[in-house]
Amino acid sequence: MGQEHTPAIEVEDLHKSFGSQTVLNGVNLKIECGETLTVLGPSGTGKSVLLKLIIGLQKPDAGSIKVNGKEITQLTREKLNQVRKEIGFLFQSAALYDSLSVEENVAFPLRQHTQLSDTERTEQVRTLLTSVGIEGGFEKLPAQISGGMRKRVGLARALALAPKILLYDEPTAGLDPVTSSKINELILRLQNERKMSSIVVTHDVHSARTVSDRLAFLHEGSIKAEGSAEELERSDNELIFQFFQLGH
Amino acid sequence: MAIDEAGQETKAVTHPFLEWFGELGVFIGQLMHDAFTPPFEGREFVRQLDEIGSKSFPLVVLAGAALGVVMSLQMRDSLIRFGAKSLLPAVIVISIIKESGPIITALVVSGRVGAGIGAELGSMKVTEQIDALEASAVSPYKLLGATRVFACILMLPLLTVAADFSGILMGWVANTLVEPISIRLFVERGFERLTFSDLLPATLKTTVFGLIIGVVGCFQGMRTSGGTQGVGRSATSSVVFASLFVILADVLLVRLILTFFP
Repeated sequence: MGQEHTPAIEVEDLHKSFGSQTVLNGVNLKIECGETLTVLGPSGTGKSVLLKLIIGLQKPDAGSIKVNGKEITQLTREKLNQVRKEIGFLFQSAALYDSLSVEENVAFPLRQHTQLSDTERTEQVRTLLTSVGIEGGFEKLPAQISGGMRKRVGLARALALAPKILLYDEPTAGLDPVTSSKINELILRLQNERKMSSIVVTHDVHSARTVSDRLAFLHEGSIKAEGSAEELERSDNELIFQFFQLGH
Repeated sequence: MAIDEAGQETKAVTHPFLEWFGELGVFIGQLMHDAFTPPFEGREFVRQLDEIGSKSFPLVVLAGAALGVVMSLQMRDSLIRFGAKSLLPAVIVISIIKESGPIITALVVSGRVGAGIGAELGSMKVTEQIDALEASAVSPYKLLGATRVFACILMLPLLTVAADFSGILMGWVANTLVEPISIRLFVERGFERLTFSDLLPATLKTTVFGLIIGVVGCFQGMRTSGGTQGVGRSATSSVVFASLFVILADVLLVRLILTFFP
């Protein structure tokens, strides 16, 4: 009973500074299982930092982060790695390993963390790549493919270990509107198929509307508003109002 | 007031210096911990043996050959002045094996490999590839760091042997062009005064040079920040620090070798 109500991710009073610059100043968030939350906000407000804190790439100065009920801020690297296997991360730049081919990039987490045979692994990689809309060019290097393709490969790699949680860092940044739309559709389809809990960080209002169950607006280090796109659009906060108006 | 200002200035200079060494210590500790935690990265290690060893081989052999020729030309004149021309093969062989070969190899490798590691890992850092490894629950210290450091440790002595060989061979060639001498006689004269304590410690000390080159390159690369400029800075600082520490370590190691292998 209690297990059913454990949020997928729970962030409480999170603080993070870099030198004298305070980036997060008391962030509180809760993402239920199977829910997709989009964190919106202007550039440079610490949205990406928030994701990196959730996956343990950076340490918070204060506050609590619970993933599936487990506090991760005090975990050893070995235990944190166990938690990380349940989380997929799509980086803003896709962060594909540039010395590995498309296929090898997706195979990498499987090679590291599973005992699959070469044949089984290849089969699984092809299935993953097909599921994100890549039908060929598996042997190409990341430098030889387009930005949209890189995001798709990054997404396939993030899905390789069948994570329960997926974190998207600016999934449509730097893409043309048509490719952005396709990536949004892909995210939506994957969420429906896999029932993952997700956090999408973006400043693309259209993308946020398309993929989210709920939105949160991050500004000046804290969450200024939470709710549906319609609720945020009617916000009294002028910045949020403008953000939505100009983002149309 | 002046003392206070001087104190502040000293602190401003020493603080980053001490911080750098502190971070280096933590990095080495983490790297060693992860290096000996299974599963091991055999595939990547073999790739690095090729990258660091095989691909440095031509450069090291060329540097050794140039060293042999230069030593033969320089020493010949000096020894003739002292009436000790017959000692030329021994001087070439002993000086190459005991000092010139190891240090030239280490400096050439620190230039090629140190810069390569610093730039490669630096580029991976600024493009978030190292973050992606960590997010995939893979230790970059093990996959990227340990494999490169241990490949450097293993390859430096082998490359040194190659540099020594080409140096001695080209020393003979340079000598023979001026005054013909058979290779057999050159080798006999060269090695007759050479002992175990000349050969082995001098070659094996390069494992320490390999450790320095690998650790400094990986450390500088993995702490890169500031985009492409940062990558350039990491590559440069890897070579500068690795070369400097190799030379300083050589002073200590020569002293130790002379103590334990008199």
